[in-house]
Amino acid sequence: MGSSARLEQEFEIQGGNLIKAGNISIHVKTILKTLGIPSPIIRRTAICCYEAEMNVVMYAENGALRIVVEPDRIEVEVKDRGQGISDIEKAMQEGYSTATHEQRELGFGAGMGLPNIARNSSEMEISSEVGKGTLLRFAIDMKRKEN
Amino acid sequence: MGRIKHSIRFESSRCDGRRACLHVCPTQAIRIRDGKAVMLSEHCVDCGECLKVCTQNAIIPLTNSFVEFSKFKHNIALPSPVFYTQFGKRASPGMLLEALLEIGFDSYYDVSETCEATSMAVDLFLKDYSGPAPLITPYCPAVVRLLQRRFPDLADHLLPIDSPMEIAAREAKEKVSKETGLKVDEIGAIYLTPCPVKMLAIHNHPRKTKSNLDGAIAISDIYGPVHSALGKLADRRDEIEGRVKGISGIGVGWSRLDGLTRSISHETLVVSVMDFIIRTFEEIESGKLRDIALVECYACRIGCAGGILNAENPYVSRHRLREIQAKIGRRATLDRDEIAAKFNKGYFNVEQKLTTRPLRPLDEDLSTAIEMMNRREEMLAQLPGINCGVCGAPTCETFAEDVVLGHAEFTQCFAVQREELEKMLRQSLDFIERSRWEF
Repeated sequence: MGSSARLEQEFEIQGGNLIKAGNISIHVKTILKTLGIPSPIIRRTAICCYEAEMNVVMYAENGALRIVVEPDRIEVEVKDRGQGISDIEKAMQEGYSTATHEQRELGFGAGMGLPNIARNSSEMEISSEVGKGTLLRFAIDMKRKEN
Repeated sequence: MGRIKHSIRFESSRCDGRRACLHVCPTQAIRIRDGKAVMLSEHCVDCGECLKVCTQNAIIPLTNSFVEFSKFKHNIALPSPVFYTQFGKRASPGMLLEALLEIGFDSYYDVSETCEATSMAVDLFLKDYSGPAPLITPYCPAVVRLLQRRFPDLADHLLPIDSPMEIAAREAKEKVSKETGLKVDEIGAIYLTPCPVKMLAIHNHPRKTKSNLDGAIAISDIYGPVHSALGKLADRRDEIEGRVKGISGIGVGWSRLDGLTRSISHETLVVSVMDFIIRTFEEIESGKLRDIALVECYACRIGCAGGILNAENPYVSRHRLREIQAKIGRRATLDRDEIAAKFNKGYFNVEQKLTTRPLRPLDEDLSTAIEMMNRREEMLAQLPGINCGVCGAPTCETFAEDVVLGHAEFTQCFAVQREELEKMLRQSLDFIERSRWEF
């Protein structure tokens, strides 16, 4: 069974707030550094958190990111209230995006968000209800040899 | 001289414990213990912000004094480009260089020309570069130390082109050795520095086994003597200015923030002040700013002209720089092909890859670290969150971490103390109330 050490932290994400966008992933990175997590794992977690955070900022009204760190695993749950995703399969395709022209002008909406999370995490699941919101969960396994 | 750990020292006998330094430290490397400021060696990056605010001269820059170089048979002065901007309108570069002989140096070597050569080398390097972007300039040693400590993953982003002061010292020693027949180790190369942190690049170079420089003297320490020397040389002005070779208009620009950037033909970003450098490094770590070729960064707001060991007001210094450049022009004085030939032979390359020295985590064991982090968060929730510094730590967060690490007691917080006192008093009052009827 091993140790039961577990750290849990939750951060609120404001939809549409581009000024603060990205702060949560930086915060998460600082926590993981302080814990002494190996840097390839930090990098992967930070990329996933950043993409998830940006999705909430770009497409939802508000949301929250909850991170759980255990000695062999990092789990993240991102829940939002917003427009939701109508076709998850499509959203998972690289290059597919519903971003507006304005959002693309700002450098977002390349259609790489969810695929990037899929690539950098060990597990990922997503469920969504149009008009209600999205629930995204992903985990990074620290024991398995990846990356 | 062995490897030094830091270029500043906290002198506790002078410290009055008023904490001016505590809150300005951008890496939270200062604590007040037993009423005196102390440095957390691992966290300090030698940026010198604390030095700027200390009113008691309790933080001492560890630069050298002239006598320390008497062991050399020949001492060469290598003035930072900032030196030329320190002595007012009438002090021409030629007069200033000659004044260095007057105050006791055996010769001088102008670094501004090497700065110009280095600018060209950086430009050439960027032309064919395809590694991780953006690159980060290594010319402020405080920035390098920040990267070593807090951003070890960015080690490959550090520009591998050596600093002008190193290259100039090597050239100067070779030149003097040839002229005098002295061996290179009989010759001292001394940098005239605008800040203490250059001492780190000399006595603890993170990418070299040994620096070409032998030490550094603060510009503020030679300010008086140079002024007197200028007075003595006044009669010979025409002769001196006719004889002494001019300095480089491009190179002298290195004394300001964007001195390098101004002669680079690639996309560059200029950043100063530690808080912004940290923010920029965080962004680079997140994979942003890849469209930028080079980030030029300095700890001091306006670059080396803002160094703590200068004599002149930084903004006046920058104004003097403009005057000098207006007079001598900003055209290239060096032959590009010649520099390119040197560049191709590796003349400007720095010796080694950067060795990183990441900050230690809360604990080497992850489970223990997680538990400590939880304790830190619990404690943080009970602290007032006003970052008053009374406990001796700059923020409630750093205080909570200190307690978890066993470096501080939770009851050092005045708010916690107050609460304990209140509890005690209430219990006492309660006791008095209740015990009244028992007599």
